[in-house]
Amino acid sequence: MIKIEGLKKSYGGRPVLQGIDLEVKSGEFLVVLGPSGAGKSTMLRCINGLTPPDAGKIVIDGAIFDSKRAAGGRLRPVAMIFQNHNLVKRLTVLKNILVGRMAGMSSILSALQIFPTKDVEIAMECLQRVELTHKAMSRADQLSGGEQQRIGIARALAQRPAVILCDEPVASLDPKTSRVVLGYLKAICKEEGIAVICNLHQVDYAVEFGERIVGLSGGKVVFDDTPDHLTVDVVHQIYPGLEDPGVARVLRPNAGPRLVSNSLDPVALAASA
Amino acid sequence: MSSYQLVLRPPQGRFGWWGTGVLGLVILGFLYWAAVGSQINATNLWNGIPYMWDFMVRMMPPNPGFIEKLWRPALESLQVAIWGTLLGVAISLPISFFAARNLSPHPAIYHFTRQVLNCMRGINEIILALIFVAAIGLGPFAGVLALAIHGAGMLGKFFAEAMEDIDEGPLEAFRSAGAGPFKTFFFGVLPQVLPAWLGTIFYRLETNVRQSTVLGMVGAGGIGFELVSSMKLFQYQDTATCILVILAMVLVTDLLSSRVRSMIR
Repeated sequence: MIKIEGLKKSYGGRPVLQGIDLEVKSGEFLVVLGPSGAGKSTMLRCINGLTPPDAGKIVIDGAIFDSKRAAGGRLRPVAMIFQNHNLVKRLTVLKNILVGRMAGMSSILSALQIFPTKDVEIAMECLQRVELTHKAMSRADQLSGGEQQRIGIARALAQRPAVILCDEPVASLDPKTSRVVLGYLKAICKEEGIAVICNLHQVDYAVEFGERIVGLSGGKVVFDDTPDHLTVDVVHQIYPGLEDPGVARVLRPNAGPRLVSNSLDPVALAASA
Repeated sequence: MSSYQLVLRPPQGRFGWWGTGVLGLVILGFLYWAAVGSQINATNLWNGIPYMWDFMVRMMPPNPGFIEKLWRPALESLQVAIWGTLLGVAISLPISFFAARNLSPHPAIYHFTRQVLNCMRGINEIILALIFVAAIGLGPFAGVLALAIHGAGMLGKFFAEAMEDIDEGPLEAFRSAGAGPFKTFFFGVLPQVLPAWLGTIFYRLETNVRQSTVLGMVGAGGIGFELVSSMKLFQYQDTATCILVILAMVLVTDLLSSRVRSMIR
């Protein structure tokens, strides 16, 4: 379980995150929706310390996660999956996955290409999990885009994390491959009991795969509920000025909107009052 | 009959055609100044042709017997080039890390190392060889050091630029997995720059083979010594053999090195 409290970040005086509070349970698949520039990526990067946050606290399974102090040779409880997978193209698939287990490995032995058997076994298990065992010794750039992202998932899984953060994991994939990749992610989330926070920009995937959807707009959480509460009005509030008459077709609302009360939007304030 | 017309975009600057004219005159004046300084003289060239011809005739035919005395210094040149390159790589590798804008710990360190590399590269190999001959005495090792220092300046710059060009996305993956700086470099940076680095090293080897053949002129070992002494003794047929051997060495290394470089992908 991960608990985010009062996460704030601004760039050059411009606030990007204005105090994010979020709680994701183990085995919960949370989708974050929001327009470009809403702070989705910044939020994930602040959680795992790639970008230092200005304020806020991250608590993972009851312990405070400090990315700076976590650097000392222990596997981190937070793993990340990137939009363009960020594999090292000229390394083999297996070594790319071993990156997930590298914290705490001997530098000298790994430079000699010698790795602990236990870590190699875990890496192979993770590769098995995304069903690409036969590609273990292929070079990463010989794989298709979807396969590369599955390796990205395996690398994150190899960390044995409590939380996996996904930053637009399917943004550069075709619809069919996107579903396959999101399918693996969701299955892993459920079976391994990992909390997943997944940024997406496709509303239809969010409704299809998300168990819970958080709408981020202007650096604030404006919606936080199950997909069946995501109505056309809410979508318009997450994406102000959206002109897409087709968006209603992908939504499956079963109840009225329940907007988060800390939104500045007068409509939302009225709705929650 | 077809007619022609001038199609020119008028100068866009503030001074129009006048500006262009003045700029043209300034460039012409500058080139004239350089020509006067270097005493470029067509008459001299013309009058020199018979002497050049005479020189060529006296070199013919090259003396094949001289090869007997030449293969040892030729191999020495090659040995100097190989170790000059290797030492250059060894010196430049640690420096280059600080000279890469994206990996350098601090901008001041980056600028400082860049300047150090510039200085190393700025001094010609022959001058470095003269210094090392004075410092450690005549012989090929002075040549090795000269090539190493000059080469390190060039290699370090190219190594650093290759590291600046890498995809930094994978490095973020290493950071978020908590892998330390050494492992990040070894598995994240090195695989990305290795092809470019190897290409640069082999290119440097080519250059060093060429340079090693003249180092002997200042007493820093190799075939260059034979070249100069044969000329001083007016043994032009021996000189011709020397030149042919040097040419063969350079051509063969160029060929091998470009083969190797095209193999690295």
